[in-house]
Amino acid sequence: MADTRNAGRPLSPHLQVYEKSLTMTLSIVHRITGVALYAGTLLLVWWLTAAAISEPYFDMVQSVFGSWPGKLVLFGFTWALIHHTLGGIRHLVWDTGRGFDLRHVEMGARLTLAGSIILTAVVWAIALGVS
Amino acid sequence: MLKKTPLGQVLGLGSAKAGTEHWWHQRVTAIAGIPLVIFLVIYLLVHRGASRAEITESMHNPIVAILMGLTIANLAWHMRLGLQVVIEDYVHTYQTKYALLLLNTFFAVVMAVAALYAILKMSIGL
Repeated sequence: MADTRNAGRPLSPHLQVYEKSLTMTLSIVHRITGVALYAGTLLLVWWLTAAAISEPYFDMVQSVFGSWPGKLVLFGFTWALIHHTLGGIRHLVWDTGRGFDLRHVEMGARLTLAGSIILTAVVWAIALGVS
Repeated sequence: MLKKTPLGQVLGLGSAKAGTEHWWHQRVTAIAGIPLVIFLVIYLLVHRGASRAEITESMHNPIVAILMGLTIANLAWHMRLGLQVVIEDYVHTYQTKYALLLLNTFFAVVMAVAALYAILKMSIGL
């Protein structure tokens, strides 16, 4: 816990002193999508176990996911999954010691964001179009 | 002069009581996750709006059942590691932190076991 005995002591500057950047936003978005996917796992496992339980129960679950709110959640799940995967690949590239210069960091951020939006659109175009 | 026991020296863990396993497992599951996520997205696209019979039928294919099992198991381990870091970063009250870390582990294990049970049941047709 923070020591509050000398609350007036000088503190080192934190996030608010920096100008906002795309790389900064993607950093926290990687964590947020990770946590969202953690919760989303419950949906995937619910769907799988429903298929193993019974026909009426599975049909109920399918109709929940097939409804508009359900589709909206699945759309968000798709984007989070793709974005977190692309962001993860970006991290794996950094793990090899490459791509730390500003130009590549910025380029990686743009590619990750654009890639996740395009791939999500492609997946949903297939999902909605051909059905 | 090293003030370490021989065992402590060999394990090389220091006061943090953990080495690089966490970091390494996060990477191993991240790399494994790339093809598994591609499999999952394709599987879900192919089986969108499928009936229960069609899902069960798909699980009769051992490759599909094994890939789905691997996907969920890998995901469970990866997300447990990830949320652990989030909890350690933001929760600094001793009791709450350890309660959440326990719940995190329980949740990941329950998700993995439930999914593996469902896959096995459909695949072998118990």
